[in-house]
Amino acid sequence: MRAVFWKEVKSYFYSPIAYVLIGMFTLISSIMFWPNLLSGYGEFNGNLGSMGYILIFLVPILTMRIIAEDRKNGTEVLLLTSPINLGGVVLGKYFAALSVFLMMILVSFIYPIILVIFGASITPQIVGGYAGLILLGASFISVGIFASSLTENQVIASIISFVALLIIWIADGIGGMVGGFTAKILYWFSLLSRYEDFNRGILSLSAVVYYLSFISVFLFVTIMIIERRRWSQR
Amino acid sequence: MIEIQNLTKYYGQIVGVKDLNFTVEKGEILGFLGPNGAGKSTTMNIITGYMPSTQGTVKVCGYDILEQPIEAKKRIGYLPEQPPVYMDMTVLDYLNFVSELKKVDKKIRKGQLDDIMEIVKITDVRKRLIKNLSKGYKQRVGLAQALIGKPEVLVLDEPTVGLDPKQIIEIRKLIKALGKEHTIILSSHILTEVSAVCERVVIIHKGEIAAIDTPENLSKNFGNMSKMSVTISGPKNSVVNSIKGIYGVKYIEPSAEKEKDVITYIIESDKDIDVRKPIFFAMAKAGYPIMELKSLGMTLEEIFLQVVTEEKEVG
Repeated sequence: MRAVFWKEVKSYFYSPIAYVLIGMFTLISSIMFWPNLLSGYGEFNGNLGSMGYILIFLVPILTMRIIAEDRKNGTEVLLLTSPINLGGVVLGKYFAALSVFLMMILVSFIYPIILVIFGASITPQIVGGYAGLILLGASFISVGIFASSLTENQVIASIISFVALLIIWIADGIGGMVGGFTAKILYWFSLLSRYEDFNRGILSLSAVVYYLSFISVFLFVTIMIIERRRWSQR
Repeated sequence: MIEIQNLTKYYGQIVGVKDLNFTVEKGEILGFLGPNGAGKSTTMNIITGYMPSTQGTVKVCGYDILEQPIEAKKRIGYLPEQPPVYMDMTVLDYLNFVSELKKVDKKIRKGQLDDIMEIVKITDVRKRLIKNLSKGYKQRVGLAQALIGKPEVLVLDEPTVGLDPKQIIEIRKLIKALGKEHTIILSSHILTEVSAVCERVVIIHKGEIAAIDTPENLSKNFGNMSKMSVTISGPKNSVVNSIKGIYGVKYIEPSAEKEKDVITYIIESDKDIDVRKPIFFAMAKAGYPIMELKSLGMTLEEIFLQVVTEEKEVG
């Protein structure tokens, strides 16, 4: 797992992709932070919410090549004939993508620091909002990795994960519109409703467990898909 | 070292390979010969654990590839048809990555990599990006990758494909040298390659084994004709007529006339009947001295074609 992790982290930074993503993320979130500075507005959780929105566009780019490329280039053979577990390979790749994402988040710490300099204080809402954002991003990445395992075409992988993330994002809204039982189910599965709790400064264990289970399920299904393809290759 | 039993692979309804049985002994170089699409790569993918078989077992050094994959894979180095290299890595980074994947002890890693790069002659390019290397060098990097961890078994799928003639000779030499320490399975659709490098040959056709033997035995035993070349001093027509009359001779054809009336003939006869003595006596009786007589083994090329055409007739 360690070998795959370091190899993937390096390849993110050897290719421009990590820099482009971190740069894009910083650019867009800075634009969104601009009004705070202009109006001297100390509330930061709105910004965290929009960062979550940016992730819908950035995570698919972050994860699109991570498994698809191995299939396309034939390096999958190397990974599958090495004396390692497939689970370790997928986890290594997952944590590599996760660490690039965490670097984006790390850069964004500059905004609350600026606010503190101007006299605001770090509220539980901001801490909670960040915790929620990290968990949300971590869940998004597991969806992206799953999408990347479905195809050897990177563009298609990114489209699949973009659409999946978009549906996740609007699921609550749809639930609100249709109402009734469907809404209950959608709300129960919703990644976002739990994120809202974090944004209010509520750190709930059940939400953390929910996010971690969500990630585990998607990574597990990814492993199953790669295994299944080995068994049914044509 | 490698035991393969009843190995069968279906791709949906299509047969990939069917009921393969063979073993490879320690230190042996086994050639896997067959036309494109015969099932060579399929077999190799199964042996190395990339793909599971539909039926049958593969044991590498006593470990079943499906039941104890990690133990079995530790003992195999695999060079697939397309070298599994990451284009955006340098050669050294890539080989370090593979060393980690194969869990080579950190203390000996550097020394081992240096040795391997020396053996396959890529020391000079170790700091270059793999995507900038020529096909021949990429192939060598692939081979270096297979050697990492000193596996007991090497599986090489068409290791010389796409190389220029000089590189082909070098790689063949290299494989022969590696054969002293490793057990090697090598596939090819080039006959001369197999007969130059391998000690034993499996001919595979349409997913089934058509023949297994040493290259020499194959050319000796295969087919139902034995072939010889005889040089006889005497008038062509009467020589041909008297030899044609000998029991067991199926075919005679003059092939070259070296001097006047000294002619070399190619004679084919039934495999079970030795026609050399009758030919000698017949010629002695007619007063035509035999200048030279030698039996011709079939070339692998001929065997190969024969195997393939026979199969066609059956099908």
